[in-house]
Amino acid sequence: MAHLVEIRGLRVEAKTDSGRRIEIIRGVDLDVADGEILALIGESGSGKTTIALSLLGYTRAGCRIAGGSVTVDGRDMAALPEAERAALRGTMVAYIPQSAAAAFNPSRTVMEQVIEVARIHDLMPPDAARARAVELFRALALPEPETIGARYPHQVSGGQLQRLSAAMALIGAPKLVIFDEPTTALDVTTQIEVLRAFKAVMKESRAAGVYVSHDLAVVAQIADRIAVLKGGEVQEVGATGQILARPTHPYTRALLDAVEPSAGAARPAEAAGPGPLLEVTEVVAGYGRIGPDGMPLVPAIRRVSLTVERGRNLGIIGESGCGKSTLARVIAGILPPVSGRIALDGTPLAPAAAQRPRDALRRLQIVFQLADTALNPAKAVGEILGRPLTFYHGQRGRAREARIDRLLDMVRLPRALKTRLPGELSGGQKQRVNLARALAAEPELVICDEITSALDSVVAAAIIELLGELQRELGLSYIFISHDLAMVQSICDRIAVMVAGEKIEELAPGDFGAPGTHPYSRLLHASMPKLDPGWLDGLGRDAAVEWPVRAGAAS
Amino acid sequence: MAATLRSRLRLGYALNPVGVVGFCIVAFWAVMALAAPLIAPHPVGEIVDFDYFGPMTREFWLGTDYLGRDMLSRILMGARYTVGISLAAVALACFTGVTLGMTAAVTGGWFDTVLSRFLDALNSIPSKLFGLVVVAGIGSSIPVLIATLAVIYTPGAYRFARALAVNVNTMDFVTVARVRGEGTGHIIGSEILPNIIGPVLADLGLRFVFVVLLLSGLSFLGLGVQPPDADWGAMVRENIGGLPFGAPAVVVPSLAIASLTISVNMLIDNLPRRIRDRSA
Repeated sequence: MAHLVEIRGLRVEAKTDSGRRIEIIRGVDLDVADGEILALIGESGSGKTTIALSLLGYTRAGCRIAGGSVTVDGRDMAALPEAERAALRGTMVAYIPQSAAAAFNPSRTVMEQVIEVARIHDLMPPDAARARAVELFRALALPEPETIGARYPHQVSGGQLQRLSAAMALIGAPKLVIFDEPTTALDVTTQIEVLRAFKAVMKESRAAGVYVSHDLAVVAQIADRIAVLKGGEVQEVGATGQILARPTHPYTRALLDAVEPSAGAARPAEAAGPGPLLEVTEVVAGYGRIGPDGMPLVPAIRRVSLTVERGRNLGIIGESGCGKSTLARVIAGILPPVSGRIALDGTPLAPAAAQRPRDALRRLQIVFQLADTALNPAKAVGEILGRPLTFYHGQRGRAREARIDRLLDMVRLPRALKTRLPGELSGGQKQRVNLARALAAEPELVICDEITSALDSVVAAAIIELLGELQRELGLSYIFISHDLAMVQSICDRIAVMVAGEKIEELAPGDFGAPGTHPYSRLLHASMPKLDPGWLDGLGRDAAVEWPVRAGAAS
Repeated sequence: MAATLRSRLRLGYALNPVGVVGFCIVAFWAVMALAAPLIAPHPVGEIVDFDYFGPMTREFWLGTDYLGRDMLSRILMGARYTVGISLAAVALACFTGVTLGMTAAVTGGWFDTVLSRFLDALNSIPSKLFGLVVVAGIGSSIPVLIATLAVIYTPGAYRFARALAVNVNTMDFVTVARVRGEGTGHIIGSEILPNIIGPVLADLGLRFVFVVLLLSGLSFLGLGVQPPDADWGAMVRENIGGLPFGAPAVVVPSLAIASLTISVNMLIDNLPRRIRDRSA
């Protein structure tokens, strides 16, 4: 019997702005059987999304399908006229985008948008579509399925919105659903709920799926088979269990290694200095007017204290909105605290960066999450790295050039990148430049704010390794902020857990999941995706996953 | 010059033919303005023909005006006023507006509020009326014209630059610069300006066109460049009586204004684009 999806010799070309043609997909063959979920996994730029989109007969602007066929249920999506493709989209093949927040129209209710597919294709009367949508909401374990449709996209959470976009995709009863990294932007705790809902609803609808991701552990939970892509070619295809247990391709092995970073690379037991390097005491920060009780209108940080020893690393972990990034900004002086005390090496720091002496600013550097916005897109890498050298150390001319070269060596980038603009670098390279700029100041403490969250697992693992090497070479201390417990555990000596602006506890990396710790820490530990394909199903429904996070804030 | 242009192209800039045409026309008028005294066949004020509104002849390429003066010479000399005054005014307006706009966006607070309200108030005065009042009050001279036009177009440039800079100001790299301890000068000049320069140049070109048109308008009303000198707008006005005869004296300056303004727009909409793919 023919497979539902048969991709044969697919080639996709892109045209660059100089008119040169590049083949971004080079002869890919893939099959998806009825009801099967195939995962496409690979680093960014490996062509996984391009292949997934070709199943809709769609290519992104500037690209075109140059050869091969994409047969879905007997029809070649690559050759059909646009009108027929449009008729199949939503009814035969449906698409769930990475960012549901960007995919919903903020000015219309969720229900209107979910049933839009039925309306466009004239599948069923609006009332029937609404009833069907409510059924889907229930199947996707959304709260208040009867009324959630009346809300606007900003009135539901990110995880709920992602599930609503699944409802939107499934309402036309498609035979094939494409998931384009649907959980990448979510917290681990939310990711579990979404994955579980996807898995249940896919099983029920018996639709086939193509799941695009760079996270092998996530894919292991949902896919029947995995195709590993690199450079627009399929490297390895196999059943999930086989790929996880017996990877044959080196790239697959690198992916597997990246999921479980080597815990705690041995750090030199350097004699801790006389006092702590950074001491944060009872810091309160937030937004809006300050009330009579000394708390701002919208508090983001509530009386948090922490210390960082010289040469040691502190991890701060928590879900988005818990205040961990705000804490980083408070320490760096970007958001002056309302009250509390921050001391660097025993010397109190002024609340705002503008009032701090230049030397204090130099010793404490912050590296932001998104290298795309943290690097000035109009300046060449050499200029970006050179400015702190001139600013803090007064270096100019040849000395400065030599130092820039050394910095690039330090972060393992070729020196030729000096003349490139950030837009011409890959995500991992940008993050290295971002890090090198902080190192240019010769800091003692580097605050890393989610610096690996936007990166592929393999690239992120390489960055983490680099941080460890730099620490050994330069004797740095890091504050490492993340929602990825595995990452934090692999590099930090102490880990602070934050919930709703409060630090609920501080643990050693090995103590996570131990009895007697806070339920939220245990939840975080339990939410870390494991490579074991049975992990998600094995998680008890009650395994503290429903632990009400906000209840902690109310107390 | 040509060699550097070509090597820059090889370094990776994509040109658009429309932009090239625009550039050629703008360059043509710039050269004409610079070389006018050398190539103009007659002095501006000299009456060279007994006939008025003369047709295009071998002797007078663009005909003669309402007093029998050579139109070619007058167009060439008029280019100096139209291009020169407009360029000076627009440069002044954009420099002031963009600098203030970026500073306001970066500084924020009361500085931003006070400056914005003040310039909004200035913006609410109709531009032609403002020009009329100032020129009527102080009298018309080239510095007064330049200053008036600059003041009229500063609030727009300010608003435009501020709107762009506010967006860039929220980017992390500006925060990084601030945490590094950089002053406002570095932040606006080195971090923000390079990221808004494209739209700012486009705005500058557009504003140049407005200034040319307003200057022509003022001259048309007799408040611009004073006789016997004339910019193109003044030439349209003084020769308006030739319109029924289809005299070149009224058509040619109109065409000159149109060709300059349209080509400037063609140029700024099609500035050379940097090619990101260097491996070609």
